[in-house]
Amino acid sequence: MLLSKKWLNEYVKIDVGDKEFTDVMTMSGSKVEGYSHEGEELSNIVVGKILSLERHPDSDHLWICSVDVGADEPLQIVTGAQNLKVGDVVPTALDNSVVAGNKKIKKGKLRGVESCGMLCSLSELGLTVHDFPYAIEDGIFVLGDDCDKTLGLDIHEAIGLNDMVTDFEITPNRPDCLSVIGLAREAAASFKIPFKTPEPTVEKGEGDVNEILKVNILDKKDCYRYAGAVVKNVRIAPSPRWMRERLRASGVRPINNIVDITNYVMLEYGQPMHAFDLRFLEGNTVNVRLAEKGETITTLDGVKRELDDSMLVIADQKKPVAVAGIMGGEYSGIMDDTKEIVFESACFNGVSVRFTAKKLGMRTEASARYEKELDPSGCMRSLNRALQLVQMLDAGDVVNGAVDCDCSEKKQTVIPFDAEWVNRFIGIDVSADEQKKILESLEFEVRDGMIYVPFFRGDVLHQADISEEIARFYGYENIPSRDFSSDTAGKFSDTQKLERLISNTLLACGLTEAATYSFISPKFYDKICLSPDNKLRKSLVIMNPLGEDTSIMRTTTVPSMMDVLSRNFNNRNASAKMFEISNVYIPVEGSDLPDERKTVTLGMFGEDCDFFTLKGVIEELMRVVGIKDYDVKAVSDCEYLHPGRAAELSAEGETIGLFGEVHPDVLENYGIGVKAYVASFDYATIEKYSDLVKVYKPLPKFPAVTRDLAFVCSKKIPVLTLKMAMAKAVGKYLESIALFDVYEGAQIPSGMKSVAFNLVMRSADKTLTDDEADTAVKRAVKALGELGITLRS
Amino acid sequence: MKAQLEAMRKTAEEKIAASKNRDDLESLRIAYLGKKGELTAILKQMGSLSADERPKMGQLANEVRSAIEKKITEFAEKYKEAEKRERLALETIDVTMPGKDMTEGHKHPLSIVLDEVKDIFIGMGFQIATGPEVELDYYNFEALNIPKGHPARDTQDTFYITENVLLRTQTSPMQIRYMEQHKPPIRILAPGRVFRSDAADATHSPLFHQIEGLVVDKGITMGDLKACLETLAKGLFGESTRIRLRPHHFPFTEPSCEVDVSCFRCGGTGCSMCKGEGWIEILGAGMVHPQVLRNGGIDPEVYSGFAFGVGLERIVLSRFRIDDIRLLYENDVRFLSQF
Repeated sequence: MLLSKKWLNEYVKIDVGDKEFTDVMTMSGSKVEGYSHEGEELSNIVVGKILSLERHPDSDHLWICSVDVGADEPLQIVTGAQNLKVGDVVPTALDNSVVAGNKKIKKGKLRGVESCGMLCSLSELGLTVHDFPYAIEDGIFVLGDDCDKTLGLDIHEAIGLNDMVTDFEITPNRPDCLSVIGLAREAAASFKIPFKTPEPTVEKGEGDVNEILKVNILDKKDCYRYAGAVVKNVRIAPSPRWMRERLRASGVRPINNIVDITNYVMLEYGQPMHAFDLRFLEGNTVNVRLAEKGETITTLDGVKRELDDSMLVIADQKKPVAVAGIMGGEYSGIMDDTKEIVFESACFNGVSVRFTAKKLGMRTEASARYEKELDPSGCMRSLNRALQLVQMLDAGDVVNGAVDCDCSEKKQTVIPFDAEWVNRFIGIDVSADEQKKILESLEFEVRDGMIYVPFFRGDVLHQADISEEIARFYGYENIPSRDFSSDTAGKFSDTQKLERLISNTLLACGLTEAATYSFISPKFYDKICLSPDNKLRKSLVIMNPLGEDTSIMRTTTVPSMMDVLSRNFNNRNASAKMFEISNVYIPVEGSDLPDERKTVTLGMFGEDCDFFTLKGVIEELMRVVGIKDYDVKAVSDCEYLHPGRAAELSAEGETIGLFGEVHPDVLENYGIGVKAYVASFDYATIEKYSDLVKVYKPLPKFPAVTRDLAFVCSKKIPVLTLKMAMAKAVGKYLESIALFDVYEGAQIPSGMKSVAFNLVMRSADKTLTDDEADTAVKRAVKALGELGITLRS
Repeated sequence: MKAQLEAMRKTAEEKIAASKNRDDLESLRIAYLGKKGELTAILKQMGSLSADERPKMGQLANEVRSAIEKKITEFAEKYKEAEKRERLALETIDVTMPGKDMTEGHKHPLSIVLDEVKDIFIGMGFQIATGPEVELDYYNFEALNIPKGHPARDTQDTFYITENVLLRTQTSPMQIRYMEQHKPPIRILAPGRVFRSDAADATHSPLFHQIEGLVVDKGITMGDLKACLETLAKGLFGESTRIRLRPHHFPFTEPSCEVDVSCFRCGGTGCSMCKGEGWIEILGAGMVHPQVLRNGGIDPEVYSGFAFGVGLERIVLSRFRIDDIRLLYENDVRFLSQF
């Protein structure tokens, strides 16, 4: 909402600097987004008068003017304009001046003739013909009688381009502040200046409006009030300068006196107004009704719109002439030959206006106000203001009276006045007297222990709302902070601690944390080669996505991680090791909401990465979260993983997740030219088997015996099989078995491999003898022998 | 014999002084003090001495022995020191060569700041709560005083799954969900992902993070809210940080405010970061609306509370001076490894 300071000052005279004005308004709740002074970039432009005009000797279009700018000597200025004559008073940019567009003007020579400045057009002042309808677009702006023609006077002053405009952010609960009057009330209360909403009066006119106009509200649910008045003998003309100035400052283009009056009243009182040409209102009747299905209207912007039976229209006896509260129809507007008009000042249901505006895809100044629920009691005030302005501008002859159909509820909100409650709730100590004063400055009535809320404050319903009024004018900055001590213990839950532990472990393993979108494209499932019947494809679908790429809620984080790897590969990063802890969204039959499962996703590529790099991270993760008896099993049916390099991680037979080398087809789909590795684990399952209880095991008192053993076996036998068979055979003295070498090649038959382990044995209560150790080793060799595995000699 | 001992001592000391290294010393020690050394040879003559002279001569012999030993030790120390110096000189390395690769991974900037915020609130007796990202219209809007048709819905462009199921546009639905399950005193922080249908550009992301806070107890006032947010601001931006509450409007708090912190770059004097204002807006807050308490099953006649919502990205972007929000979700390691 742009507010003209001049306009504001008509109602509340505020005599402080710009900074103080905007700061105080912001701190009392009318947030200032910014402010500016009209024409602030213009400098050193003054009023000048053409004393003489001569043809330039070396040009067929340039003129040499002598211009009186109120100085001792006239200035010589060369101009290319063709609309000047001696005696014209014009904006004169002097040497070292600045015109619109930050263009600097300096003394110079034009085809050999000295020119000490420039005569300005409207556009060089940042204006248009709407601001000064008597001026021309492609020539010098010749000042009319509505300007101060004192020679040498600064141009801002002379043409009224000297308003300060403040841009307020008005929150949706305060449609009353979308008006000069509303902001004047707030400003008055902020600066402690008395203020009362004005009640415009209309002088007696002629005839009786009831003999001309009939109004019927046929849908009382969506139209609270409809007031109409008639003006005859309309005299269409430009509005006076003061009105044009204020409209311009408010960001509205002046058109003609009648249209300007409707806009002026809307800006001043916050009440949208409309003016209909009576000629096109068949039967001189206004019917406020729902549109019929299939009915159409061509709105003022020239677009033909199809209406439905949820949309409220203003109709005459035959057809809709306006979409209620949004925009008029094409014949409803004011034309140069308009003679009789109907002013509409009405109040419609905000939700109805909002839905209709949304359906029709048109949001207007009027609809933006209506959808916030306006005050029906303001209709007549605004209508009277419009008629008063008609009389003031002599824009026509007002017909006596108004047709006022009012079906609004006139129940005033009344709240008990409880100053103590407010003090307790906010944490302040403001006397009842002081509180009463604040409320009264906002036109609340306080009497007999009750607060009578003014009708225009539909947002104030409870004690808490009253406390906000008190707090913001007492000053939020004056509310004392209170020691905020606590009776509750702050702590992370076990699952939150575990999550941090997992995150810290992965970071320590050299993985970097990623953050990816929760929504993906259904095509991403194709990219990770999921089969058409894979149940992961069943995802929640967003009804109104921004685009296909973010149109469904992911059921797996693998495509997101692949995307991260792909982006890093394409950005020529030599390696990337990433993880993310985030949700997947699994639809649940019979439930509105999906199962949001937290997932730990790992992904990596680069020279230092292979399957076992990834597995090393996973092993460390399992160690840290205390899952000791996890199982890793080869799987070959995971669609996005290499069939020979994929594994399932599980605990007590329950799957935690899958990991492995990304399938070459998937790599190709993502344009990744190197091998990549990915893992995804279900967080809840990790948590289920996690055991963070640590119990000290005494340090060994007796030395260990170690033996290195190498076996030869078929390539197909997993190392784990050997290890587990050995462990079982060695028995109670076993401390650890560590793989240290796997070898294929010379000296080993083809199809076979050599697997070497470091076996550590120890007893807790004695030093093992070599015999005891050797016996255990023999048992191990025998056990493996039974599996056809031989000790390598 | 005395003369012999004296002479031996003199020569020994001269030879020790003339030695070059520890090997020389060792040979001298063996030559003079060893089992077959000169001193032993001299002492063998002890038998020929009178009982009177024997102890005197014995004492002298011991003095000579310790004098020679001392001299040897002295020189040994000297040579050891010299050898050490030499060895250290040889071991000199180029310390400007790079260290061995020990890189830890990098925490996402969003997590860095979120973890800080969580720790600050844990210190104030808060617990951390989480809730669904796919949410019912009721919790996201209706129960927060934003019925269908309310203009506030326009400011939060919503992704819908069905007419009544949506991606939460704010973390505020956690207020209702938590109140439904817990009785006061309540002190929770509920961080999480939120979604709005804004196309991604430098300042917008269809997915971002909010941190909701909710406190409900008997006698909670705006003064408590102020103190709580001051602790947050000082914890995040430093002890000298000030906060400013500006009146604002949210449908689910009353009174409501927006909260600015004094610019952490210029300290409030005005700079390019705070656009000359001296203040940076970081969150919205207010006293929980009585109807919202009621919707959560809490009697507003007995309890009051405050709530706030912080935009995590906003803080992260300004803290690290990141000029494009999309960088946070692109996951380029060149970006992430800066944190």
